[in-house]
Amino acid sequence: MDSILKVDKIEKYYGSRSSLTKAIDNLSFEVEKGEFVAIMGVSGSGKTTLLNVISTIDSVTSGHIYVDGKDVTKLKGNDLNKFRREELGFIFQDFNLLDTLTAYENIALALSIQNVNAYVIDEKVKQVAKELDIKEVLKKYPYQMSGGQKQRVASARAIVTDPKLVLADEPTGALDSKSAKMLLERFNYLNESLKATILMVTHDAFTASYASRVIFIKDGKIFKEIHKGDDTRKIFFEKIIDVVTLLGGDLNDAL
Amino acid sequence: MMLCKLSFRNIRKSIKDYAIYFFTLILGVAIFYVFNALESQTILMKVSSSTNDLIKLMMTMLSSVSVFVSFILGFLIIYASRFLMKRRNKEFGIYLTLGMSKRKISFILFFETLFIGIFSLIVGLIVGVILSQFMSLLVANMFEADLTDFTFIFSSKACIKTAIYFGIMYALVMIFNTYSVSKCKLIDLLYKDKKSETIKLKNPYLCIILFIIALIMLIWAYHKVAFDVKRVLALVDIVIPIIVGSVATFLIFWSLSGLILRIAISIKKYYYKGLNSFTLRQFSSKINTTVFSTTIICLMLFLTICLLSACLTIKNSMNANIKELAPVDAEFVVSLNMDRDYDYYRGFGYNDNQIKNSNSNVTERFKIFDFDILKYFKEYIEVNMYATPELTMNNTLGSKLDAIRQSFPFLAYDTMEPIMKISEYNKVAKLYGQKQYVLDKDEYIIVADFESMVKIRNISLKNKEDITLFNHTLKPKYKSCMPGFVEMSSNHINTGIILVNDDIVDENYIYENYLIGNYNVKKEEIKNLENKINDLDNSDKANNYLLPSGSTKLSIKEATISLTAMVTFIGLYLGIIFLISSAAIIGLKELSESTDNKERFKMLRKLGADEKMINKALFRQIAVFFLLPLTLAIIHSIFGIIFEIQILEIFGKEKLLTSIIMTAIFIVFIYGGYLLITYYSSKNIIKER
Repeated sequence: MDSILKVDKIEKYYGSRSSLTKAIDNLSFEVEKGEFVAIMGVSGSGKTTLLNVISTIDSVTSGHIYVDGKDVTKLKGNDLNKFRREELGFIFQDFNLLDTLTAYENIALALSIQNVNAYVIDEKVKQVAKELDIKEVLKKYPYQMSGGQKQRVASARAIVTDPKLVLADEPTGALDSKSAKMLLERFNYLNESLKATILMVTHDAFTASYASRVIFIKDGKIFKEIHKGDDTRKIFFEKIIDVVTLLGGDLNDAL
Repeated sequence: MMLCKLSFRNIRKSIKDYAIYFFTLILGVAIFYVFNALESQTILMKVSSSTNDLIKLMMTMLSSVSVFVSFILGFLIIYASRFLMKRRNKEFGIYLTLGMSKRKISFILFFETLFIGIFSLIVGLIVGVILSQFMSLLVANMFEADLTDFTFIFSSKACIKTAIYFGIMYALVMIFNTYSVSKCKLIDLLYKDKKSETIKLKNPYLCIILFIIALIMLIWAYHKVAFDVKRVLALVDIVIPIIVGSVATFLIFWSLSGLILRIAISIKKYYYKGLNSFTLRQFSSKINTTVFSTTIICLMLFLTICLLSACLTIKNSMNANIKELAPVDAEFVVSLNMDRDYDYYRGFGYNDNQIKNSNSNVTERFKIFDFDILKYFKEYIEVNMYATPELTMNNTLGSKLDAIRQSFPFLAYDTMEPIMKISEYNKVAKLYGQKQYVLDKDEYIIVADFESMVKIRNISLKNKEDITLFNHTLKPKYKSCMPGFVEMSSNHINTGIILVNDDIVDENYIYENYLIGNYNVKKEEIKNLENKINDLDNSDKANNYLLPSGSTKLSIKEATISLTAMVTFIGLYLGIIFLISSAAIIGLKELSESTDNKERFKMLRKLGADEKMINKALFRQIAVFFLLPLTLAIIHSIFGIIFEIQILEIFGKEKLLTSIIMTAIFIVFIYGGYLLITYYSSKNIIKER
């Protein structure tokens, strides 16, 4: 299968020469097309930094990141904008919806930035709304929605452009368990039916158990990697818990 | 299209939250228009050519002040818009993650600035046009023009000027916005607001030491400007105390910000009462980072108070002065017996004939010019002044002369002192509505109202210096100069007239003749009459005879009014601009804090604090930020005004209290208005939906 994301020996340092912090230390992995990968780790393990450098929100100190064969660490200016709007979809822990726009407009914005025809926009927004079960909130403003609804709108915005890679940073972090479960089921649907490639950062074992592969990070390095394979979600969850116990630290809090 | 819509939505949302910003923009445009439209208002008034020249000068001054004002407003607008932009970091971050280019974000900002600019210009100009109608009333009142034919005035010139100046300011804002957008990093935009500000507690000992140093510096600066002003002549003498005072202001806010919380915490009974601990923490967490802006605002307010009170004092005093010092329509004077001091008068450029033919009084002299001046008078008096080389200032100052000469080496001590018969002076005083005097045998009185001369003369009078005049030795009746004057003018300029009993005066020493009185012509015709009198000077007779020179109420008014108007308008203009700028900065800062504080107030509600308590805490927090710089500014101003009094001495200080009250009203209205708008908008922001 084709590799959609290739992270090649990246490093990320913070601070000055005298007090250097290695947030990511010589880390490499690949994600294949149609995979649903979760990255887990304790606070300060470097998982959010990893997501930030993949999503071009932050830059790497050294190393390369290829998305669909393209080195994103070398992108600049309009190429970078084009890359972000056409190949990436973002989902944040705190939704990051524009509160001046309705749900519909928030989703449509991602398309109108790409100069998509208004009829196509309407069609696509309605389609994605159906898939994420948010048709009834399309006319509402963010402050009129529940957390779960907001996150599904944000997810709709992330996938409406058919990105090569969807990046999610603690997507269930601000949701109650019911909303979280509903969102994750949608993620599974997106992944299985629409073949969306999803890379998700989380510290929650339950959330991670929806993925097809979990990569554990510790001190900026890959600690362990487990595949779901043919296991049921419940068995996979238990396997994840075993690794979490091994890792120790505040990941236990997630239980 | 989408971009346009986005920016429109953004404005609509922020209009509610940042009403103060729009309010300030509109006010700025309106004030700019009003003061630049003054020209077209004065044009409509019938004024003499000399007044017209002064109005032209006033307009030139106002134009240059406008340039300065536009710098202040430009700074304010750029500061405010950058400030508002910071609040939107997250929004820009989302745009960028969705793949919007920075150029497009700049476009959104461009549209926003354009919408806001056009909107504020239009509304501001409408408000300005309305305000300037009220301004006409003020202008008419100043120039004492009749406002019977009230016309609606619209100055297209001022309108275009306002549009151009603000257009440039908005263009600068656009450039700044584009620049800061191009500079920003995505990671900072998305996660910056999560970085909480670290609250450093300052070293209390350092705070106390700096506070004391600042106090000493302030006392020195206050002393320098307020009580040691005698030597303040060069600019540097006033600039240094101001700089020292400014630094001290900064240090005071810096050290106070560290001390207040510590002091409050130590008073446990107070600190743990109601929401006090919350309010104080809120306050101290912010003042750390706002010391600099608080200092700037404090200094601006200080300037505002001094400017407003000074310009209002000048205006009020000038008007009062004219009423007091030009109580009748006209006063004409001729010099008599000029041939006695031939060389002296030649020095003034008079020719031989004029000097020789100087023995007729005012009425006779006008007759020589074929003009019957008395025909135009309803009531009049004729009085004389006498002078003799026997009595110069050298003589009146007596034994104190040498001491006085040492402190004031440049006074003309050889000038003859003007002498008047007491009965004639009383005639003048009666007509002017001034105090009349009585003299016993061998006594004299000095009437004077020029403050510094009064001080000098009082040194001698206190010493009871006798004078010798026409073979009489006279002693002073009073230990000081008495108020009074003969010559009409706009200011207190009577350096001293010696009043003596009628019987001792030697008529040979007659020196000047005065004709003082009120016209019988209508108010509108006075101008024509005086022009006619002035034209007499162009006749052939003027080669041989000197025309009496007149100080008339009208000419004095015209000369002073333009000056008064200029000072008043410039003072008001700058004062109001400073005031709204500082109030707007605090208001905007507080509002954006309220957006941050939304969560904290939500938490307070969850803890069971009722709305009344929360509103009280909010109001206190806002009021403190408004009042802190104002309090220090008022203290500064007390000494600033003491300094002003000494500088503005010649204008008179009788009206100071009125102008201070008027300044206070100005500040209460504008500054207080901003405080209230800020409070209500903040309340709106922290309200739960």
